[in-house]
Amino acid sequence: MSSDPILKVEDVQVSFPVGGFGRRNSILGVAGVSFEVNRGETFALVGESGSGKTTLARAVNGLQEISAGSITFEDQRIDELDPRAMKPVRKRMSMMFQDPVGSLSPRMTVGDLVTEPFRIHGIEGRNLRDEAERLLTLVGLPTSFDSRFPHQLSGGQARRVGVARAIALDPALIIADEPTAGLDVSVQGEVLNLLNDLRERLGLAMVIITHNLHVVHHVADRTAVMYLGRFVEAGETEEVFSAPQHPYTAALLSANPEPDPDKTHDRITLPAEVPSLLARPSGCEFHTRCPWAQSQCSFDAPERHVTDERVIACHFPLAPGARPPEQKESVLS
Amino acid sequence: MTTLRIDNLNVSFSTEAGPLHALKNVSFDVPENRIVGIVGESGCGKSTLINAILGLLADNGSIDGGSILFEGQDELTSLPSSRMRDLRGPRIATVFQDPMGALNPVISVGKQMLNIQYRSTLSKDEKMNRAVEMLELVRIPDARAALARYPHQFSGGMKQRIAIAMALMMEPALLIADEPTTALDATLEVTTIELLKDLQQKIGCSVMFISHHLGVIAELCDDVVVMYAGEVVERGTVRQIFQDPRHPYTARLLECDPARQSERTRHLPTIPGEIPDLRARPAGCIFANRCDLVSDACSAPPPDKDIGDGHVARCIIADCPEETGVTA
Repeated sequence: MSSDPILKVEDVQVSFPVGGFGRRNSILGVAGVSFEVNRGETFALVGESGSGKTTLARAVNGLQEISAGSITFEDQRIDELDPRAMKPVRKRMSMMFQDPVGSLSPRMTVGDLVTEPFRIHGIEGRNLRDEAERLLTLVGLPTSFDSRFPHQLSGGQARRVGVARAIALDPALIIADEPTAGLDVSVQGEVLNLLNDLRERLGLAMVIITHNLHVVHHVADRTAVMYLGRFVEAGETEEVFSAPQHPYTAALLSANPEPDPDKTHDRITLPAEVPSLLARPSGCEFHTRCPWAQSQCSFDAPERHVTDERVIACHFPLAPGARPPEQKESVLS
Repeated sequence: MTTLRIDNLNVSFSTEAGPLHALKNVSFDVPENRIVGIVGESGCGKSTLINAILGLLADNGSIDGGSILFEGQDELTSLPSSRMRDLRGPRIATVFQDPMGALNPVISVGKQMLNIQYRSTLSKDEKMNRAVEMLELVRIPDARAALARYPHQFSGGMKQRIAIAMALMMEPALLIADEPTTALDATLEVTTIELLKDLQQKIGCSVMFISHHLGVIAELCDDVVVMYAGEVVERGTVRQIFQDPRHPYTARLLECDPARQSERTRHLPTIPGEIPDLRARPAGCIFANRCDLVSDACSAPPPDKDIGDGHVARCIIADCPEETGVTA
């Protein structure tokens, strides 16, 4: 793939203060993450809730201050910009928020909602009615919808309005936070097809945050798996799915429920709970739950290796189809 | 015995624009000791169904006919509210999507678990022990110490398991689980459904499991009820539904699941069209406007066709599998 990064994130950290009054402390929601997104590419962030996906997305969009690292968008450092200077950047990089109905003001009509970006950015000389019509057509909604209010929309329609708002100012990058959460499968397909059509037609780059792995498999060019605010594995989606090298990725993929009642599951079960960000485990942070963990993992944090476009943070990357050692024994006994 | 028998249930809401028929002729059973999955997109009437069962319909909602028979004796559609209160909790328990909404953030988990045993005649110590026992069942580590902690001190998966422990503490006959795993990631989702299956067998209750995640339904449930626009379009065992769907909606819905596309595709299948306006229900088949197998006969109300072994579909061509175009 030709490398033409539109977004470059380097060693970004986001910390949150916790406690107070003599017990001040901080946790790292995002603990040093680097990635690039190329023009026209779809990049997926996967991980369980609390792994820092949304915080990372908010940091990229400037909604969350970062405590270390740098973010470069269209060859401009944007992490140090003040809100006023950030405003023109947001024309080029738009965000779709998680809750489709909640992110739309209940007192504005669909027409007002989709043209609000023009008003916010003081773009004049355009007929807003025409723009509303153009945007609604682009996202596949009837133009008569411009007088409806959000409560009169279904979940899928509200999502389309969210998409229309996101593409209103011809951005180069869309960050979509759980664009299909709460939608049933047929509507989910519609929204993803729409985003993909727009990506192709408008040459958009996209960052998609989701925990639906089936969706990631179909729509993302590259995928990064997050755990406790770090990337444990990142690479071409096909390769990550067919041969996960990090034990956490392998466990996530093996846990994915399939719509087939007769499917026999060969699951990798993870012992123990997700550790608290206040007490990050020493060494490799996944060792407390890793079925393959060895003594080295408990004190020596793995470096990120980059091989063949794959980034992995593990001392003992898995061979394709590897099974956890204990589970193998239990089968034998 | 059937834990819950819903027969020809009709529910409507009065709105400014006229009555909205949210549930139309809904019939299905939740047999004893079975897990019944309810599938359907948002707006198909799943929540209305739960509220009708629990006697918690909004003020503008009314049951226009049909029956909800619980354990063969209590007719929930006409039960006095005092008797309904006796059933809710001890006999019919619920777990919702958001565990934080079910737990009080300012009361310790132990105290909340004591509070909900207020009907029990056990002593305080016995109730405490019962709470510990339940937390151990849902695999909360160090259960006794966990009683002193507050909900925010647990992870999302643990909070949901605590909510499940609380729902099952009184050993209800029926557990209604409304999208309990939607907020969890794949690994936690799987542990939670395995736990639920395990507990259901231990306690011997029936479960009504609502989800739009077809993979979870396939894995967990014994029977499946497919709802569309307030109607049960198809019901049967999990194998009948997933391997031999007879209603065109079920067939299309299954095809839409990205998990069924083994080949990577950029263009995912969808069901074109929209759900009809429930204030102006079509006289005939509710799916006719989106169905590619539609014929003139579909303008009359379709019968519930019995395909055998408890497999029922509300479609005139349900008994001719070659015509439903099913590619399961």
